[in-house]
Amino acid sequence: MKSLFITFFLFVFSFPLMASEAVHFEKVDVDITDKASLQRGAKTFVNYCLSCHQAAYMRYNRMGKDLGLTDDQVAENLMFASDKVGETMTIAMRPADAKKWFGVTPPDLSVIARSRGTDWLYSYFRHFHLDDSHPMGTNNLTFAGVGMPHVLWEQQGYLAKNEKTGELNVAQEGPLTKHEYNQYIHDLVNFLAYMGEPSKLQRMALAKWVLLYLALFLLIAYPLKKAFWRDIH
Amino acid sequence: MFSGFMNWVDARFPASKLFREHLSEYYAPKNFNFWYFFGSLALLVLVLQIVTGIFLTMNYKPDAALAFASVEYIMRDVEWGWLIRYMHSTGASAFFVVVYLHMFRGLMYGSFKQPRELVWIFGMLIYLVLMGEAFMGYLLPWGQMSYWGAQVIISLFGAIPFIGPDLALWIRGDFVIADATLNRFFAFHVIALPIVLLGLVAAHIIALHEVGSNNPDGIDIKKLKDENGIPLDGIPFHPYYTVKDLVGVIVFLFIFSLVLFYLPEMGGLFLEAPNFIPADPLKTPEHIAPVWYFTPYYAILRAIPSIGGSAFPGVLAMGLSIVFLFLLPWLDRSPVRSIRYRGPYFKIALTIFVISFLFLGYLGTQSSSDITFGISNTLHSQIFTGLYFAFFIFMPVYTKFDKDKVVPERVTD
Repeated sequence: MKSLFITFFLFVFSFPLMASEAVHFEKVDVDITDKASLQRGAKTFVNYCLSCHQAAYMRYNRMGKDLGLTDDQVAENLMFASDKVGETMTIAMRPADAKKWFGVTPPDLSVIARSRGTDWLYSYFRHFHLDDSHPMGTNNLTFAGVGMPHVLWEQQGYLAKNEKTGELNVAQEGPLTKHEYNQYIHDLVNFLAYMGEPSKLQRMALAKWVLLYLALFLLIAYPLKKAFWRDIH
Repeated sequence: MFSGFMNWVDARFPASKLFREHLSEYYAPKNFNFWYFFGSLALLVLVLQIVTGIFLTMNYKPDAALAFASVEYIMRDVEWGWLIRYMHSTGASAFFVVVYLHMFRGLMYGSFKQPRELVWIFGMLIYLVLMGEAFMGYLLPWGQMSYWGAQVIISLFGAIPFIGPDLALWIRGDFVIADATLNRFFAFHVIALPIVLLGLVAAHIIALHEVGSNNPDGIDIKKLKDENGIPLDGIPFHPYYTVKDLVGVIVFLFIFSLVLFYLPEMGGLFLEAPNFIPADPLKTPEHIAPVWYFTPYYAILRAIPSIGGSAFPGVLAMGLSIVFLFLLPWLDRSPVRSIRYRGPYFKIALTIFVISFLFLGYLGTQSSSDITFGISNTLHSQIFTGLYFAFFIFMPVYTKFDKDKVVPERVTD
């Protein structure tokens, strides 16, 4: 009977494995405890994303606290769109204007890593390519017809798509090498993952203590049960 | 001092009497096994959901313009809000895991059979209300899957002939899922259904304690009593099963915490990725799938083809798949309760039923046009739907002619 139970559990918990067979993206290892990476990602985020996109659920001072920065450091280096560290990351662009300019209002990025997934994001940022048929002059392999221009061209340069093979080749060199750009995007995705769920830091830190407490509790409760049941045959 | 106080209370309220009747002198069979943990665990999860629900209600805003943001506010700005929210979202799935295992126990050991028909009926009503509670709760985060999942389920009511469209409109309170729907679902989720649920749980336990618990041998322990009228195979629920259930509770909480802390989304099964996009009435997600605990019924719904453009046959089949569970005590004609002493027909039938239910659950998460092992998922669903119903429809026959074994006088372990 116990094996039936285990089979049931294995079955239920293997659903996600079976369900996620859609498109395969390169896997990206996210580590939201890597503060240096998060700080670099945050810098990219506030410089490039946080003018059209907002992150209306993320507070500057919360970010500072989790990334190991003081309020002053945050205010000086990472705050261009607000003037109080207790505020959330909102922008000045009106949604209606944004819609007129880009065809779609750029989505809030607070939980983008949770809806899109980090692998998708890692793929998306690296797959912009030149495309004259598109109003922005660029398109994206991961997100065909995306309204967003290749904002990070200043770092990556431009790629062109080989129409026969579908591969992306360098069309205009950027200041970063391919490897450096991958690392740059890795930091950004890392930051987006952190921003999707800042409480994950607390969650992961608390987990082992809760489990340890329950394990110790079991060490007391199980002998107690044994003691009570000694006279039952 | 304390006994004086209890005398004072007992003269006014049957506190000691209730304690005796339901705990210290409620004689439960001494051979409960692993499967008997899930009743008390279901009660634990119910309490967990109510307590965490109260704290969530303090910060949640049932307003289409504010709901999504208020959930993120709970996740980020409310002290321990993330823990309370994950306890509640993980608790919803844990509730169904525990309840499904509890129901399976009932099927295996014939706990639904005479004289426990009402225990079973109350239990089924709890299951039904729980499904409503979970469905309405899932709308509250106001994400894309909340919105479109509710849209699909409510539109099912629209498939009912004649009254359907008006009924769906009446349930929504608007022509699409909207603020009015969110508000009424909130009211049902936090007040109406929990009250009904608590009442039914009380009825379930009162009915159980009136007839006494079944056991893995399916033996009536009240037949053989000692000189004091205590069943020979019975032991007081308290302290024996309270200390035993405590062990079960700790093991359960350990597994629960593993999920809550390390896999709160359960790879998209407990919290679906599209639900991190705010509800958008103009944008339908590519693939709408209900949460895992509804997927077997969703697969049954999709397995039945429409007739004349109406999805009503599928809706009817889905309803019947639950109605048949209610009828179980009267469909089973075997004099034997426990699977231990049943013949091969019932064992085979139950195995096929469980496999069908699990596969339907899997198929409900998948796109119905996909091909697996050379046949479409729709055909797979149709086969398993057929097997699901066959379990019930042929039950009066195969249980009557089954080669049941002799049931012993006393419990065996």
